[in-house]
Amino acid sequence: MLNWLRRPKYESVERRDIPAGLWAKCPRCGQLVYRKELERNLKVCPKCGYHHRLSGPERLRLLVDEGTFEEWDAELASVDPLGFPEYADRYRHAVQRTGRREAVLTGRGRIEGVEAAVAVLDFAFLGGSMGSVVGEKVARTFERAVELRLPVVTCSASGGARMQEGVLSLMQLAKTVAAVGRLHTAGLPFVSVLCDPTTGGVTASFAMLGDVHVAEPGALIGFAGARVIEQTIRQKLPEGFQTAEFLLRRGLVDLIVPRSELKSTLARLLRLMGAGGEVAVDHRA
Amino acid sequence: MTTAPDRGEQERELQQLEEQLAQLQAAGSDVPDLETRLQALRERVQALREALWRQPTPWQVVQAARHPQRPKLGDYLQRLFTDVVELHGDRLFGDDPAMFCGLARLDGQAVVVVGHHKGKDTRENVHRRWGMPNPEGYRKAARVLRLADKLGLPAVTLVDTPAAYPGVEAEERGQAEAIARSILTLAQLRSPVVVAITGEGGSGGALAIGVGDRVLMMQYAIYSVIPPEGCAAILWRDAARKEEAASALKLTAQDLLELGVVDEVVPEPLGGAHLDPERAAQFLREALVRHLREVQALPPEERLQRRYDKYRRMGRFTAHPEDLLAGGR
Ligand SMILES: [Zn+2]
Repeated sequence: MLNWLRRPKYESVERRDIPAGLWAKCPRCGQLVYRKELERNLKVCPKCGYHHRLSGPERLRLLVDEGTFEEWDAELASVDPLGFPEYADRYRHAVQRTGRREAVLTGRGRIEGVEAAVAVLDFAFLGGSMGSVVGEKVARTFERAVELRLPVVTCSASGGARMQEGVLSLMQLAKTVAAVGRLHTAGLPFVSVLCDPTTGGVTASFAMLGDVHVAEPGALIGFAGARVIEQTIRQKLPEGFQTAEFLLRRGLVDLIVPRSELKSTLARLLRLMGAGGEVAVDHRA
Repeated sequence: MTTAPDRGEQERELQQLEEQLAQLQAAGSDVPDLETRLQALRERVQALREALWRQPTPWQVVQAARHPQRPKLGDYLQRLFTDVVELHGDRLFGDDPAMFCGLARLDGQAVVVVGHHKGKDTRENVHRRWGMPNPEGYRKAARVLRLADKLGLPAVTLVDTPAAYPGVEAEERGQAEAIARSILTLAQLRSPVVVAITGEGGSGGALAIGVGDRVLMMQYAIYSVIPPEGCAAILWRDAARKEEAASALKLTAQDLLELGVVDEVVPEPLGGAHLDPERAAQFLREALVRHLREVQALPPEERLQRRYDKYRRMGRFTAHPEDLLAGGR
């Protein structure tokens, strides 16, 4: 999608995500932070509150109760359906670097004891881009949630659709949205967590169809890439454009939650929405 | 075998011949042997066109899809439908001139029509943002599609857009949410939906009204996740390599038929719909009516299930590591 125009950010991002050495430099305030302290603080800068990006497994460790996660469809891997230039090499490189096969981790687990189906996108894997595998795993997550009567929590971090799979990646928008529709019809809750960055085809599909949208502070969330917009309108973009705070003011997200409170907030929300054994009376009949 | 003639050369020659033909026709009856000379020119034009379009390159198709004279929504409204009544506004914010919505008759039957609205000239295109909708355009579409559901009317959508509009206000008003919601509306619509991609199928902005029981694509239309120029800029940091990118993206109707993304390729007059809009419209009309009849014959529950399964199957991947990037399922 359009966001791909912002040249593979994940290369530079990777350096930001996993700062080397004993000290990490905060990209926002520029202060040097002792790495261990940063880790202890859930990768949030203790000086300015900047939320560093988390990998998929880090995000899972943050949200899912230890020892309760049962992964689904880990075996699914990408093919190169179009024979697209450089795709095979880039994909293999991502597999080697991350030790995972795709840009999403899905499964079931407990969030402060509340059982949920979970899908976590991993920006470190080809920019969290959605190709056939990501679309398939996300769709299966919603379908299994319907079968198992579970709520769904997704955590998005993605540059959008995966260009290298052409229109097949675009079709993943339709596939995932249709699956979300089934969950809604089944009356099950869906909380969409928007992490930095969530743009393009992921925002324009399942990520914006939650019953509740939760964003991390400062997260970049939008549809079109900033550069594409600037080129189109030939104007500088306003300060704070497409941030979580911007979206909250515009009525597009429900709440912004700091990382330290994310898990407890999700658990409270899910319980309020009828998950975790609370029996709600069905007034829809 | 002789070496393949240079396409650029052929295109220039074709253009020259077309100009000569136009001049000759304008000069009129005082030209000696007018009919004979016209006939000879026409034959050469036809032969060249056939040579050029027998196996067009993807980039040629991109140019045809974006041709300024290519028939637009307005042409199809006029040629395919009767009793057209446009409906305005999303009931939330405003009315988007980049998105057409309305009621009309197709083959005598009342239908809901939704389509990207490109303009005929620069002035109209500025007004209609070159057919690039804002969120209120998609929300208007979703509103009118829900009306189709309420009334049990089938829906026809016509896709022709470079992209959803990339603007500050579009983001402020939730472009992504509007697109996602429009896709959801179509995925769950009980009414039959037939989609025709008539020109440019520009990514999410196109898909937002491009989900249906049947997806038809005109022969020289394109459908892509990213414009070839943008793809080339990312891949090679060189937008000029757009022709290579157009090939890599597999964006032609034939490619997408093979990938299972579209159900039928609707033929066009040789060289593009702009050369004979009336005939192009006839082909499209025939295909729309035929597919609509087929999907209307299904019970709603079955139609919905089939639509779900259709999109559920899209994509290619493997569960066997040895197939990793081998070409797949
Ligand atoms: Zn900081």
